[in-house]
Amino acid sequence: MKIRTPQELDALRNSLLKQRDPNKPIVRICLGTGCRARGSIDVLKAFNDEIEKHNLKIQIECMQTGCHGFCERGPVVVIGPKEFFYQKVMPQDVAEIVSKTLLNGEVVHRLLYVDPVTGQRAVYEHEVPFYKKQTKPVLANNGRIDPTNILDYIAIGGYQALAKAITTMSCEEIIDTIEKSGLRGLGGGGFPTGRKWRLCRKALGDVKFVIGNGDEGDPGAFSDRSLMEANPHSILEGMIIGAYAIDANQGYLYLRAEYPLALKQLQTAIDQAREYGFLGKNIFNSGFDFGIKINRGGGAFVCGESSALIASIEGKMGEPRAKYIHTVERGLWNKPTNLNNVKTWANVPLIINNGADWYAKIGTAKSKGTGIFSLVGKVNNTGLIEIPMGTPLKQIIYSIGGGIIGSKRFKAVQTGGPSGGCIPEELLHLPVDFEKLTEAGSMLGSGGIIVMDENTCMVDVARYFLDFLQNESCGKCVPCREGIKRMLEIITDITLGKGKEEDLELLQELAETVKDFSLCGLGQTAPNTVLSTLRYFRDEYDAHVRDKKCTAGICKNLIEYFILDGKCTGCGACLNLCPQKAIQGEPKKTHIIDSAKCTRCGICRSACTFEAIMIKSGVD
Amino acid sequence: MVNLIIDGVKVQAEEGTTILEVAKFYGIEIPTLCYNDELTPYGACRLCTVEVDDGRRTRLVASCLYPVKEGIRVKTHTERVIKGRKMILELLIARCPNSKVLQDLASEIGLEQVRFKTENEDCILCGLCVRICAEQMGSGAIGFVGRGQKRDVATPFRMASEICRNCGACMYICPAVNLQCRGVNPPGELCNSCLIITPQCLEKYGQVMCSQNSCGACVEKEKK
Repeated sequence: MKIRTPQELDALRNSLLKQRDPNKPIVRICLGTGCRARGSIDVLKAFNDEIEKHNLKIQIECMQTGCHGFCERGPVVVIGPKEFFYQKVMPQDVAEIVSKTLLNGEVVHRLLYVDPVTGQRAVYEHEVPFYKKQTKPVLANNGRIDPTNILDYIAIGGYQALAKAITTMSCEEIIDTIEKSGLRGLGGGGFPTGRKWRLCRKALGDVKFVIGNGDEGDPGAFSDRSLMEANPHSILEGMIIGAYAIDANQGYLYLRAEYPLALKQLQTAIDQAREYGFLGKNIFNSGFDFGIKINRGGGAFVCGESSALIASIEGKMGEPRAKYIHTVERGLWNKPTNLNNVKTWANVPLIINNGADWYAKIGTAKSKGTGIFSLVGKVNNTGLIEIPMGTPLKQIIYSIGGGIIGSKRFKAVQTGGPSGGCIPEELLHLPVDFEKLTEAGSMLGSGGIIVMDENTCMVDVARYFLDFLQNESCGKCVPCREGIKRMLEIITDITLGKGKEEDLELLQELAETVKDFSLCGLGQTAPNTVLSTLRYFRDEYDAHVRDKKCTAGICKNLIEYFILDGKCTGCGACLNLCPQKAIQGEPKKTHIIDSAKCTRCGICRSACTFEAIMIKSGVD
Repeated sequence: MVNLIIDGVKVQAEEGTTILEVAKFYGIEIPTLCYNDELTPYGACRLCTVEVDDGRRTRLVASCLYPVKEGIRVKTHTERVIKGRKMILELLIARCPNSKVLQDLASEIGLEQVRFKTENEDCILCGLCVRICAEQMGSGAIGFVGRGQKRDVATPFRMASEICRNCGACMYICPAVNLQCRGVNPPGELCNSCLIITPQCLEKYGQVMCSQNSCGACVEKEKK
């Protein structure tokens, strides 16, 4: 069935809404990657079995959805129409949910979220503090639709923006709207989307392309993935509108190799959109043809960079090139190409539907709209969040994230993955937007927010990210290939206690050269972790170099384990577990660790229930 | 024609030419390593980086790739540029300490110390051989293999190539391995001979001749 006019789309939507009883009990189970890992497929199966068993198939609907966001508490199940929010649901809980909640409308209290601070139970999603502080225009429908069913998307108003754009707006009007809204590239670059579209539309060329960048490769970031898995049609709709405005007839979606579920959902979505005529020939009788092809990456981080991504689609080695002639003029196969991140594309239908002013009202003066982030690390509530631009870091970490795990102290937050920098406690008031984070030596990046507590060694963090980047640098240009290797060499020496005072100066100088002289964004941003940690955590570097001390107790060569006299009960747990036989002692007497034999693996420390095993660093 | 300023000199250039080409035409020297007149510019060594002010902002660009634009001001030898070039050379020499081409560049630019642990590689991964093979010889028998530290020039699957005609173009163009440095210092250390002495050949021929074959005369002079 092809939809050819807005009226047909409205008719289809109305008939869908009529078929669907809003008061019918419905089970929405999160089948995002996070909840799947915690066994939500089994929960879905258990629900289906249970419903079958009670012959309730007609009365109760069971639906799989994409990521709800609160991955920390997965598997997440929402029971409509009252929208009860259940967390950490296991297959054995299903029978109780069906008999109590679905049949009798009662709440299963033990599955509710309990606020660890106030001790209050949250019955509904909007009562959970994690959700309460968020504004979610883009992610709103993640938990409400089945990503494999286009009718769900149409029922919530999907493809209305496409119909509106194609049938009532001119290409210039669409671009004007996007430009006026202030939408910027959410892949991290922050280039004004409207301006990019305009440049691409103006560029000379008979063939033009649009590309959706879903090659999210940062450690700790999963915002693109969650969106692609949960609401693939919103991305497609944005791309079709963009292509129409730019006058491109072909689109590519470049997907990270390690995202099999996103691939499946997007491919299903493309097939369905084609079936309904949103893709293909003569879309909405406008004479406009458009098709999207999915291109899977080969597992290289650098292919998230636009010119390397384009090279990869062309079948060449995924290496960046200089972009002095911009890709909007000469991109894919030297044709004008407009590349945007999938999150940027997903914002487009919202802006067309609600207007530029609505979007421009959210956010700060220069960064409009919302940002989608994956909040991870040492916070109580990890997960996928959406917040208005300009929300202070402090609010993200403490109000949404629920603060630091345990009674530990906050130390730093890393934004933007390996390209970003580490922001210290004194800058937690910083609003999250493109400019402020860049000023602080970090960047918005692809949307990972990694929170670190006091047990994190910042030198070791810099080492970790350099190690990642060393493996992911394509190796084309000298500063990036050789520079990252040497920075890593120096920092590794520092963590091994072999650092010299002059190393820090060399490190700084080298980092600045790599930043200034590298060919592409990967190299230019690679030293950010080094530069930001040198800027904000210089004392830790000094401690490592001068005093051979790792205050966080991480760098193995600089620490020693020892057993506290008063606390050790001589239970022998550590002694039995030590793989090096480095612990000696008699039962019920304080044990001793032989530091020469000890490899600092930490097994004893995690085994000790009396907190008797401590770490010391340096000579006190 | 496009009007621009290079190092304070007002010059004109044809549209589509690069800063490096224009600079060369006007006799302004910019060091290069992976550049060759006859091959597609590659922009990998970054030695030709210059500062460009386009009226909105100043940024560092690779002059071998940057097309000239109306009204830009180019500075080829600012402090920032030279500092970066020195660091890049330092990195390269630490990788390939016996490359004469690098040692000569180091002397020219005044690099006097290498602070990194030296390795013993030959290839500087400039890609000239890959490009001459594909572009001038029409063969494409060799290419880059691997990523980052594992990057290497090789034939497909590292097997004897069926399309290589043994023409030797790759060896001809290679700036790094054909001539090892034979300076005063032991292999692996910075030579800097040209920095500290006046070569005899300079008086005789008007130019330094050790690019042909180092005679070692200047080394002996220094020993005295």
